[in-house]
Amino acid sequence: MAAHRCGLSLVCILFFSSLAHPSRCDTLEKANDNTATKRSISEVNTDGSVAGEDMNERQWQSTDVEVNRSDGTKNSETFTPAPAKDQFQEELVIRPLHSGDIYASFQFRTLWDTDFLQEGQKKVSHYRLFPKSLGQVLSKFSVQELHISFTQGFWRTMQWGQPFIPSPPGAELWVWFHHTVSDVDGNWKELTNVLSGIFCASLNFIDMTNTVQPSASFKPLGLGNATDHRFLRYATLPREIVCTENLTPWKKLLPCGSKAGLAVLMKSEKLFHSSFHSQAVHIRPICQDEQCTSKAWELRQTLNVVFDHYTSGQGKKEWSLFKMFSRTLTEACPLASSSKVYVDITDNPEGELFELSPATPLLSQAVVLGDRRTYSVYDLTRAETFGQLRSFNLLLRWKGDSGDMLRPLLHAERYVAGFGLQTGEIHTVIYNNHPYRAFPVLLMDSVPWYLQLYIHTLTVTSKSRDNKPSYIHYQPAKDRHRPHLLEMLIQLPPHSMTEVTVQFERALLKWTEYTPDPNHGFYVGSSVISALVPSMVAMSTNFTQDQPLFSSFVPVKEESSYFVRVYTEPLLVNLPTPDFSMPYNVICLTCTVVAVGYGSFYNLLTRTFQVDEPSPPLAKRLANFIRRIRGVPLLA
Amino acid sequence: MAAPLTLLLIVAVTIRAVLFRSSLAELILERVEVVSPLNAWKRVVEGLALLDLGVSPYSGDVFHETPLMIYLFHFMVDYAEIVFMVTDGLTAVALYLSIQTYNKNVFRKQKYALESDRYPADCLELLRSPKEMFYIPLKVAMFYLLNPFTILSCVAKSTCGLNNAIIALFILCTLKGSALLSGILLALATYQSIYPLTLFAPALLFFLQRLYIPVNLRRSSFWFFTLQYAFIYVGSLVVITGLSFFLLGSWDFIPSVYGFIFSVPDLTPNIGLFWYFFAEMFEHFRLFFICVFQINVFFYTIPLSIKLKEHPVFLIFMQIAIISIFKSYPTVGDVALYMAFLPAWSHLYRFLRNIFLVSCVLLACSALFPVLWHLWIYAGSANSNFYYAITLLFNFGQVKGPILISHFT
Repeated sequence: MAAHRCGLSLVCILFFSSLAHPSRCDTLEKANDNTATKRSISEVNTDGSVAGEDMNERQWQSTDVEVNRSDGTKNSETFTPAPAKDQFQEELVIRPLHSGDIYASFQFRTLWDTDFLQEGQKKVSHYRLFPKSLGQVLSKFSVQELHISFTQGFWRTMQWGQPFIPSPPGAELWVWFHHTVSDVDGNWKELTNVLSGIFCASLNFIDMTNTVQPSASFKPLGLGNATDHRFLRYATLPREIVCTENLTPWKKLLPCGSKAGLAVLMKSEKLFHSSFHSQAVHIRPICQDEQCTSKAWELRQTLNVVFDHYTSGQGKKEWSLFKMFSRTLTEACPLASSSKVYVDITDNPEGELFELSPATPLLSQAVVLGDRRTYSVYDLTRAETFGQLRSFNLLLRWKGDSGDMLRPLLHAERYVAGFGLQTGEIHTVIYNNHPYRAFPVLLMDSVPWYLQLYIHTLTVTSKSRDNKPSYIHYQPAKDRHRPHLLEMLIQLPPHSMTEVTVQFERALLKWTEYTPDPNHGFYVGSSVISALVPSMVAMSTNFTQDQPLFSSFVPVKEESSYFVRVYTEPLLVNLPTPDFSMPYNVICLTCTVVAVGYGSFYNLLTRTFQVDEPSPPLAKRLANFIRRIRGVPLLA
Repeated sequence: MAAPLTLLLIVAVTIRAVLFRSSLAELILERVEVVSPLNAWKRVVEGLALLDLGVSPYSGDVFHETPLMIYLFHFMVDYAEIVFMVTDGLTAVALYLSIQTYNKNVFRKQKYALESDRYPADCLELLRSPKEMFYIPLKVAMFYLLNPFTILSCVAKSTCGLNNAIIALFILCTLKGSALLSGILLALATYQSIYPLTLFAPALLFFLQRLYIPVNLRRSSFWFFTLQYAFIYVGSLVVITGLSFFLLGSWDFIPSVYGFIFSVPDLTPNIGLFWYFFAEMFEHFRLFFICVFQINVFFYTIPLSIKLKEHPVFLIFMQIAIISIFKSYPTVGDVALYMAFLPAWSHLYRFLRNIFLVSCVLLACSALFPVLWHLWIYAGSANSNFYYAITLLFNFGQVKGPILISHFT
């Protein structure tokens, strides 16, 4: 019977797969068509590319606003009539860091031109490039915006500068729900469990004890001016360890998987042999065009790695794609409308610091994180990038020592002070390295309930003077229900160090509430510092133009400043522990004392006092005993 | 008599004032033996800070004082040290006066009994001479004011001192025969920490005895007075609770104060029996054992009232002792209150067995508390069992101590 059923299901699978196959081919073809048209357009755009045979002659790729605006309209003209407007872009940015490390940042963007949260359009069943598993989750739980990141290691801002997309160590998840959701907590709970399954991560450990609703720190990054933070949920799992099992499901969300395109570089044994690894998924609704007449869903998958090639490369400061990833690139993802590799050469304008091979004629300038950077661009959609060998292996050879890095304008660190297991103090130190501009930052702290914060001990000092926060939002913890949430708006004076301290008391937990290794300590998630940092150069506020992906994640509202989020170190705090081996002993001993009390009271309550008859001495009793046996009258 | 008492008060206040100014005050403020989550001064300040931030103090799990306490300290927070010193003085004076009244009553009864030759011959040595009794009230006040436990409690600004004052005033009003004030103060004490509820029975017995109303369920006069007293008590309890509601505009304080006392969610170590027991408890037995442990406080009231109905003042002492042993968050301040009554029963000392052992246990434990705490929390060379063992022994001594006395009343 079982065999029969098996056979039947096999037949079914064969039948359906044969049905499904042609349609899959269709979509592939269509996508290829799309990319083909797109490619032709991009050739028109970068009009130098046809003449770009001469490799020594440098050319600027047109990413400037003026040039692109006309092209953008051309783009939309070409594409609006097409029924399926899904779009996929991939890019890799490589930045040689001053410390000798290499920062590689992958970004994959899938655009989906459907608004499934709209009324009457609940059921969307046709998926092309957008992963169905995520699409279904979004529509089921009415998610407005979803950001999830898994990070192994800590981003060292002082050595590496700002990352393109920051993330705290461990797992971080924040979600804006649609304003029609009535049971946000219920949706959140289910969503975390579903995501836990999708990403093979312990997100199911997110519950009410580590979820907060920040009032100001996490604004929606996409469309929708949701300001009611009742629909926002934020949680971190600082203890989460990220490994291959999280990378594989993440790669599966890509349209090409890890078969083609930039994703072939993601070999887990190389990616996890690094100083820093962070993978993230960001989903948000964005405008389709400049007029914002229709909405599209954007799925951004990012993966940031910092390789330490100083130590592993025998002291030689040179790297290549093959050395880093043990792969070379052979083709772009056929579904991608653009596929590019950027290398940051800002510090190397004349080629005196390092040498890139193969050299590229394309250059691009982008304003990213308040700084104008220059990049060499390799367009993987063009055959000449791969050269004669049909393989692209980028190689960088250092010629001299790199100079000092410009200090990041905003930087923070955190530690626990105090000794013993009773009380302690959390110190958060925020540095403003701007020489003359003061700017405000939003500091958000989410502290688990077993560290009882005393808000009256909160002090904020800058330049050894009291710096009163202009806004404080504090929600105290409820034991076993809710963590502490502390949000403050602090004005940082120019070129200063601001120290925020708050005292806490450690709780003794029930023996079942400790983690399996209690003396390792308990993690407290990173503080989040969000700020609009004054920019050195004018930021472009045009959100829809064709910028490189890494420079266009956070929408910029004004030209003079840019948004930065800094995560501090997570804390590891020891708690007092009971002796786990003796619950029975404790129960027995305590109950004994209570029973002694009870016994004494019982004795007291039932005892009656009587005049005591003096008992006869032993000899007399013995004599009487013998007399009784003999039948003689007893002694008196 | 006023001169020694004044001198005593001056000495006590001086000691406290010196300690407040010394570096020890910071240390004492954090001692788990002296402050519990219910009455820590740090938490009072935190509650006020939360109120200033516009957050309800009861929205978190740090503040567990009653609303009236917030409003008291809202105005008094700058004079906290004076408030606590005055409170201690007040408690001592109240205890002094009540024991004085009590002794007068006892002496009068003894005289009548002697005149009517009701004592057996071998009991005569138990009778109290006026000379002995003259110093007893002063001794009681001294036991309270100069007890290191009280001093520590006062220097730590534990609100336990305020609760003690309310209970002491309640005893004074009861012994002076004012049913109205007694009922109101008892309601206030109950409102503060639920447990003094059990003092209702001894107070009622005392009033009945004083008014020569026999405890007879078929007598209307008994029911009349009982209902009258119960009405005063319940009425003032309702008024106080209602007042708190109007001060805060919400009932949040009920779960946060009384729910916290009953369900014992905070397992911070203290000198009681609850913390380690419930830290190590199996989750599915938790509710059962919470019920068992909490019932302990209330459970002995009825049998003790029946047994000791001729000695209501002694019953009050017993109940206070039981509360301080079996309450969920005991501190040394609670212990100090019942210890103050010990001189009142000094004529019974000669019958006590193990008195030496018990007092040694209590003394040794008091010295070992900070030592083992240090070893566990700071040095890391001991573990929680060490501190637990000492709390266990301390409670064993406490259980044995007052009960020993009670055997011979």
